[in-house]
Amino acid sequence: MTDGLIEEVKEVLKTVDDPELPSVSVADLGMVHTIKVVNNQVFVTMVPTFAGCPALDFIKEDVKKAVLELDLVTDCQVEFSFQEKWSTDAITEEGKRQLKKHGIAPPPEDYQPGQQWSVDCPYCGSDYTSMDNVFGPTACRSILYCSSCKNPFEAMKPVVEYIIN
Amino acid sequence: MTQVETAKDAMNDETYLKALKDILYQLADDDFLISFRGSEWLGLAPHIEEDVAFSSITQNTMGHALMYYTLLEELGEGEADVLAHERGPSERKNAIYFEKKNGEGDYLTEPYYDWALAVVRNFLYESFKKVKLEVLTKSSYTPLANVSGKVLMEQPYHLAHWRIWFNQLYNSTEHAKARLEERLEEAWGQFSDVLELGPHATELEHFGIIVGEDELKERFLKEIESTIGTFPEKPLAKNLGSGREGEYTEDLNQALKTLSEVYRSDEKAVW
Repeated sequence: MTDGLIEEVKEVLKTVDDPELPSVSVADLGMVHTIKVVNNQVFVTMVPTFAGCPALDFIKEDVKKAVLELDLVTDCQVEFSFQEKWSTDAITEEGKRQLKKHGIAPPPEDYQPGQQWSVDCPYCGSDYTSMDNVFGPTACRSILYCSSCKNPFEAMKPVVEYIIN
Repeated sequence: MTQVETAKDAMNDETYLKALKDILYQLADDDFLISFRGSEWLGLAPHIEEDVAFSSITQNTMGHALMYYTLLEELGEGEADVLAHERGPSERKNAIYFEKKNGEGDYLTEPYYDWALAVVRNFLYESFKKVKLEVLTKSSYTPLANVSGKVLMEQPYHLAHWRIWFNQLYNSTEHAKARLEERLEEAWGQFSDVLELGPHATELEHFGIIVGEDELKERFLKEIESTIGTFPEKPLAKNLGSGREGEYTEDLNQALKTLSEVYRSDEKAVW
């Protein structure tokens, strides 16, 4: 029964959106680390994307609220762990699809630190793009411009494990 | 070197705990104060994209400070918010160079801030932060090593930003170059407590919480050499004193008074 409940929690977390990225769920962003169930109490450990993300407290509340709506759940505790590293590789295919729909180019695949980062336009797919600002409206996004379709757009910055030379 | 896996284990050894808390305060207070000084630039940066970039870096750096305050919270030091807002100037462990006001005037009336200071200070800060974090990923205190690894995944964006500013201004006009050099000279006379580890330096090295001061300094100079070329002729000094030893300047009073003003207006408020 515990396994069933964990599955239910997993499903419901796919419906909790990041407040700063509407329609992209915290599950698809790879922010859910572990789900534990003890006597119908649910414990969710989450991984923050960027450390300075101001939305963490809101996300905590939203996750808790969503989990508590499940029939069998009597209590839910959510915590963010800074001990786990989040990487843009943790974003699911569905997450990438939703990001693109919102005009945010998903992070590059298999990105290595220091590597050149090229971004295709999420609207028209062109690679004729330029970086306006590495820093965008949130810590995890950058601002770019597409010279093909003349649209400004955003992109998720690649964040990957750091290699010490 | 014994690895210490949890806060509970660290609390079993009083000497270890004391040294550990001290370095965590240094890390937290440095990040906290440099991001406060950064936040005072909001709306005043040279152009709008820089305003976005600088405030994004500042906000994220504040998040890094929070991670260290949270580690202190786990060691029984009290709540992170209280640690950030309520500690007096003599309790702060930040290096004194980060206390310095952004320039003449103040935020609400005629802020004649100096962009050369912002560029030099933040470039030096992020360079120093990079080398410190790199050695901390091997810290004997596992929670600190883990947090440092996470910060290092984000911090290269900060360092790259300030290095670009430094390079571009340094290679632009004679005026820009002279302004940067003047601020660099000034920094050189006030920066060396940044590289110090305070009263518990020996224990910190002995327990493998962090490498010693000499190694830290050597790594730092190597890190900035490729960008600034030749160092100022005079040796690195701490003419304003050592923040690691609890010394501070009048500028810290101004910073603490301003940053805790809203917090102190209603300490029980939930944000």
